[in-house]
Amino acid sequence: MMSSLRDALADGRFAVTAEIGPPRGADPDVVTRKAELLRGWVHAANVTDNQGAHVRMSSLGAAVLALRAGVEPVMQITCRDRNRLALQSDLLSAAALGIPNVLLLTGDHPIHGDHPDGKPVFDLDGVQLVWTARTMRDDHRLLSGRRLTAPPTWTIGAVENPFAPPPGFRAHRLLKKAVAGAEFVQTQFVFDVPRFAAWMSEVRDLGIPERCAVIAGVGPLRSLRVLEHVRDNVPGTHVPDALERRLRGVPSARVDDEGVTACVETIQALREIPGVAGVHVMAFGFEHGIPEILSRSDLDPQEATPEVEPAALPGGVPHAG
Amino acid sequence: MASAKIHASAATHADGPRPFRPRLPGRGAYAGHHVLARRAPTQWLASVVERSPVLMRWFTAGERVSKRELFGCRMCGQCALPTTGYACPMTCPKELRNGPCGGVGADGRCEVHPEQPCVWVVAHERAVRAGHGDDLTRLQRPVDQRLWGQSSWLNYWQGRDEGMWTEPVEGGRDRGSSILRRELGLTPVGR
Ligand code: SF4
Repeated sequence: MMSSLRDALADGRFAVTAEIGPPRGADPDVVTRKAELLRGWVHAANVTDNQGAHVRMSSLGAAVLALRAGVEPVMQITCRDRNRLALQSDLLSAAALGIPNVLLLTGDHPIHGDHPDGKPVFDLDGVQLVWTARTMRDDHRLLSGRRLTAPPTWTIGAVENPFAPPPGFRAHRLLKKAVAGAEFVQTQFVFDVPRFAAWMSEVRDLGIPERCAVIAGVGPLRSLRVLEHVRDNVPGTHVPDALERRLRGVPSARVDDEGVTACVETIQALREIPGVAGVHVMAFGFEHGIPEILSRSDLDPQEATPEVEPAALPGGVPHAG
Repeated sequence: MASAKIHASAATHADGPRPFRPRLPGRGAYAGHHVLARRAPTQWLASVVERSPVLMRWFTAGERVSKRELFGCRMCGQCALPTTGYACPMTCPKELRNGPCGGVGADGRCEVHPEQPCVWVVAHERAVRAGHGDDLTRLQRPVDQRLWGQSSWLNYWQGRDEGMWTEPVEGGRDRGSSILRRELGLTPVGR
């Protein structure tokens, strides 16, 4: 299956991904509009799966809409809402609908979402789901051992949080995912570049970048409210004091601009770290600002133009290749 | 039988699994494993116990009570303790068998039950202190949900839990090729 994300990673070009959050509603245009803002700027865009355990349009549906709008999707699938049967059938559907990349993760606990009364599933964990997908694709088998008639071909991604405890284990946890079959990993937000660089050196010592491309998560802190929210509520994000002082030190009207500038500087610093294969830009509700962030980071839009052309897709949906 | 199994499953538990800090120090637990290891006598014991449903019920109840007190055991029937620093992964609210999620608080608290430390932070501390840190890099297979409520000791002594985890995975650039072969298929084993 054609994947411009896979091609960029294989060619050693700096990969750029972003995020499309599906709407709380049935309007397909919301996804299309967000996709259009990103088209031509990113290799692929993650389509989140009930992010934060809040119900949204499914990642499968929204990934198909993104594909129709000319943006290559990375369909996120969590273990929170489905057991092993549903996970595997959704993975097959993704392949059949031409979704070239999947990102497999454990998922947030429902207790933090809008249905805390719901049943947490977690029949598999994130590592086991990656392992399952790899077995389906490369061994042509389900978890049960039954053979697949037509094997899927997606690129398999995972996530890791370099800053969460236990500090001595995070790089090894990523190694487990790489061995299980992850070909790329996106990280939690990086604000503390020196700490991330130290983690990357562990990751390199384990030989991970050779088998699993590391894409660093970044995002602009565009107001003090966002800063406080990220610092206090997004697990495993460390906002260094220097960055906080910097944003508090400018007049309130300029915090937005300063936050974007800091994000651009982070991207530039990350590009210098050996083994960093790309950046994943998360800017909730600020999709329109992503092209600016990327162009100020010298990430040339042409280079990142996806090969998927909406007109080239029969009925809007290509066949699984 | 069936209802006993369902009773123990995560979903129907009043407020789900809750992190449990083991009451038995790591050293004692690793030593205890030597006593309970699969050998001719324990295998013989298992076959004797399994011949009598009454004996099996008492034996299973004994495992339940003792391991609940020491490790917060929830009787998943396929014990991972020997590879997790003797901290029970099924007391993780997400029942993760392969290590912590990304939501662990900066001070090591569980994100679902912040009054408790993350079981995997505890597991890591205990395993590393006992010189068994490598165990945490084993890939753990998915849980067989049919085994809830069964005695994991009997399943272990009878060899029914073989292949539950892989050897520790190793990093290092020189070994990259062996891992790229992706020799680890996840098809069912041992059952
Ligand atoms: S048998 Fe299962 S639930 Fe009990 S201690 Fe072992 S891993 Fe935990």
